[in-house]
Amino acid sequence: MQWDIVIGLEIHVQLATQTKIFSGSSIAFGAEPNTQANAVDLAMPGTLPVPNENAFRYAVMFGLAVNAEIGRRSVFERKNYFYPDLPKGYQTTQLEQPIVGPGYVDVDLPNGETKRVRIHHAHLEEDAGKSLHEDYHGMSGIDLNRAGTPLIEVVTEPDMNSAEEAVAFARKLHSIVTSLGICDGDMSQGSMRFDVNISLKPKGSDQLGTRTETKNLNSFRFMEQAIAHEVERQMDILEDGGRIIQETRLYNGDRDESRSMRTKEEANDYRYFPCPDLLPVVIDDDFIEDARSRLPELPDARKARFKEQYGLNDYDAGLLSGDAKLAAFFEEAAEHGKDAKLAANWIQGEFSARLNAEEKSVAESPITGAQLGDLVVRIADNTVSSAGAKKVFEALWTGENDNVDAIIDAKGLKQVSDTGALEAMVDEVLAGMPDQVAQYQNEEDPKKRKKMLGGFMGPLMKASKGQGNPKLFNEILVKKLGG
Amino acid sequence: MHNKSVAELSRELESGKISSVELTQQFLDRLKQEDGKYNTFITITEEQALTDAKAADEMRAAGKATAWTGVPFAHKDIFCTNGVRTTCGSRMLENFVPPYDATVTEKFRQAGAVCLGKTNMDEFAMGSSNESSYFGAVTNPWGLSSGEKRVPGGSSGGSAAAVAARLVPAATATDTGGSIRQPAALCGVTGLKPTYGRVSRYGMIAFASSLDQGGTMARTAEDNALMLNVMAGFDPKDSTSIDREVPDYTATLNEPLKGLKIGLPKEYFTDQLSPAMEEQVRNAVKEYEKLGATVKEVSLPNAKLAIAAYYVIAPAEASANLSRFDGVRYGYRCEDPKDLMDMYTRTRAEGFGAEVKRRILVGTYALSHGYYDAYYLKAQKVRRLIQQDFANAFKEVDVLMSPTSPSPAFIQGEKTNDPVTMYLEDIFTIAINLAGLPAMSVPAGFVDGLPVGLQIIGDYFAEARLLNAAHQFQQVTDWHQREPQ
Repeated sequence: MQWDIVIGLEIHVQLATQTKIFSGSSIAFGAEPNTQANAVDLAMPGTLPVPNENAFRYAVMFGLAVNAEIGRRSVFERKNYFYPDLPKGYQTTQLEQPIVGPGYVDVDLPNGETKRVRIHHAHLEEDAGKSLHEDYHGMSGIDLNRAGTPLIEVVTEPDMNSAEEAVAFARKLHSIVTSLGICDGDMSQGSMRFDVNISLKPKGSDQLGTRTETKNLNSFRFMEQAIAHEVERQMDILEDGGRIIQETRLYNGDRDESRSMRTKEEANDYRYFPCPDLLPVVIDDDFIEDARSRLPELPDARKARFKEQYGLNDYDAGLLSGDAKLAAFFEEAAEHGKDAKLAANWIQGEFSARLNAEEKSVAESPITGAQLGDLVVRIADNTVSSAGAKKVFEALWTGENDNVDAIIDAKGLKQVSDTGALEAMVDEVLAGMPDQVAQYQNEEDPKKRKKMLGGFMGPLMKASKGQGNPKLFNEILVKKLGG
Repeated sequence: MHNKSVAELSRELESGKISSVELTQQFLDRLKQEDGKYNTFITITEEQALTDAKAADEMRAAGKATAWTGVPFAHKDIFCTNGVRTTCGSRMLENFVPPYDATVTEKFRQAGAVCLGKTNMDEFAMGSSNESSYFGAVTNPWGLSSGEKRVPGGSSGGSAAAVAARLVPAATATDTGGSIRQPAALCGVTGLKPTYGRVSRYGMIAFASSLDQGGTMARTAEDNALMLNVMAGFDPKDSTSIDREVPDYTATLNEPLKGLKIGLPKEYFTDQLSPAMEEQVRNAVKEYEKLGATVKEVSLPNAKLAIAAYYVIAPAEASANLSRFDGVRYGYRCEDPKDLMDMYTRTRAEGFGAEVKRRILVGTYALSHGYYDAYYLKAQKVRRLIQQDFANAFKEVDVLMSPTSPSPAFIQGEKTNDPVTMYLEDIFTIAINLAGLPAMSVPAGFVDGLPVGLQIIGDYFAEARLLNAAHQFQQVTDWHQREPQ
């Protein structure tokens, strides 16, 4: 049987506020356990929550960026369950009256199509702490530094029909929140976490199948794998005539395995009710307009501008505009390098490869956009060959030297482009290789001739001590050998 | 000195006739000697009190004294006190020492008041007789002479009985469904529950957050005014506190009552009330007429629904508020837990008393899937109807008057096995909490040698008017000056 895949996402986005959503503790990552947890975060008796205005501002900015209605009256509720890293025994969250109502995001797919994914709503809530199960002599440790970190949970409609679409949407959302500056986007530290709801239905059917939820995926790669895994699992069950159980599953990316965490029957009754410690928050026009005035350029607008301003094609513009930091890096490189297309190629090639290899973010890059731009200038004006440029890049990256021209000088990477000198070298080399010259000239097939041309390049580069401009060598060779 | 009011003690200290250290020592000596009979204190902080008294004398010497500087008083053990254990009447917090002050505690500290210790209370403020305290029942000083141990009311029974027994001139208290007014009535003292949001709840251990309100307990209305002057005000640490100017509540105590319009809600004068009690209350109202007030009957048609709505909303909020007592971070933890579930269940089974568990169960049930609409949402609708009833009444009159409790202090153990009868103790007080209004209880006579309280209910933020009405009444009556034998 043919199946339609139906996917909806719930995304937890940690907001990059200075302090927690209901207390004055810092939310900076990486502090010693429990050093960023005050009496309110520890749920000491009698302590009370005080809402952080910035969390509301960020949520409204997000709502505006995804074309959503803003909830004018925003109500916090208590979601009751016991867990050691949940200090109050309930999570303060929103249910009936969230701050962000229905909206949508348009996603460019790899096949060139654009897909609209509807946002059901997004709500503000507090994160829980962390349970640490290692190194405590068989006991568990509790770190409450994260408890109370502001989150928005974004809930989509089930509008995605493949892992590719889901990942493209997830990347787009990442791009939106990082561009807004409301989230640092660092997925390895849990700044964005994805829950994926998946169901299958017979192709063309309008009846949705039973769904499962795979929780807490914290990389795009795991998300893609987890979806593929779950689709296959469900398909196997359905094709064997089985039934999908509504349940929450955990995916282990290292083993490509998933297991059931709890079924619907085992689910908690969270006993939601409005939190009596927090009055409903009324969002007025002034607050919304203030948030609107803080909106930076968003990825869609930036992509259009990159095509227009830098003459990039759709694909390059899409890739470079998605991540706010990468976009800024590109613009700096393009500005310094004059040749935007060449800068774009270098960023997507050497630069991205190096970041990936070292698992670094753009912010952690040891080289600046300006440096890469300087290098682009020297490639464009033929001062260095592309092989030489890679050596310059390497020296910049390792911090050997921070000046492109100084590196070119020090390493003797400057190309010889003096045609007279190059012609003399070609004459000399060709004179020493009469058999190869004759062979070349007797060859009829242009493809083979082209290949044979390469045989002269080695000796030429050797003769020029690696500094001859290969492009010019090529031109001179063709001319001297007679086409 | 122990018979003097806060206002009088303040004048004694100001005149230099006595130092705060001397005064504090006298009160401490009396407290240690007398409290065995009543059990009104859970913790006496003798050393801290004397240190504070010394500081108060220095504050006075430096010319920085307030009306409270050097005056002894006590806090209900629901207010967190930095460095002093705060139990909330529960085994769960038997050894809990908060590293912070409640806002109320901090304000009294800043005023230079000398706290002698923490008063007994029903566990987590859940009770109307002070018999649910882990630290033992409190005995009402009234009725003791006839050999009967009577309840002081609750949950602020320790504060009320301590004031009645002249162990302290004043004590803080809290009121969720009548926990200031009912014990004040049963102990023959004056108590005020302010408008919801008037006094910060920060550091006041929560029972039912939308109903809880800190307030005052003393023998005179004037002392209540002096207390509220310290306690009232907006607190950025409590999102439900209200940013509104705080008047000097003593400034209007002597306003004449001529023309005051009093409403008597007919639903509060029914056969729930014994004829003897009713007579005392009606006599008190007559005193007001003599002072120039006019009286008319009004109706609160939904009043009869108040108890039912309250016993859904309050337990529902409590069931979540008390979830933090899980043995993980502070407070009681059971011995040798086998695993997490064992730690949770035994910690809470052993740490909480029967009434607290009963209310957690009721609240959990009321919020459960499938019952929420029928109980919690319905109760919230009733709550709005009750608010509307009062709003309508205050279009016609300035204050409402009623009995505070249906009967005087009962004998310990009489109602402990019958929770519903116990809940009816608050039949006249509970609607006020649901509406968030301010109300007082003022001593207004005796039945069989036991004090009777008159409840005066005001519109939102009408505390000054209530205190004025109570003070004027106390100028022409002496019920509040009677001392238990």
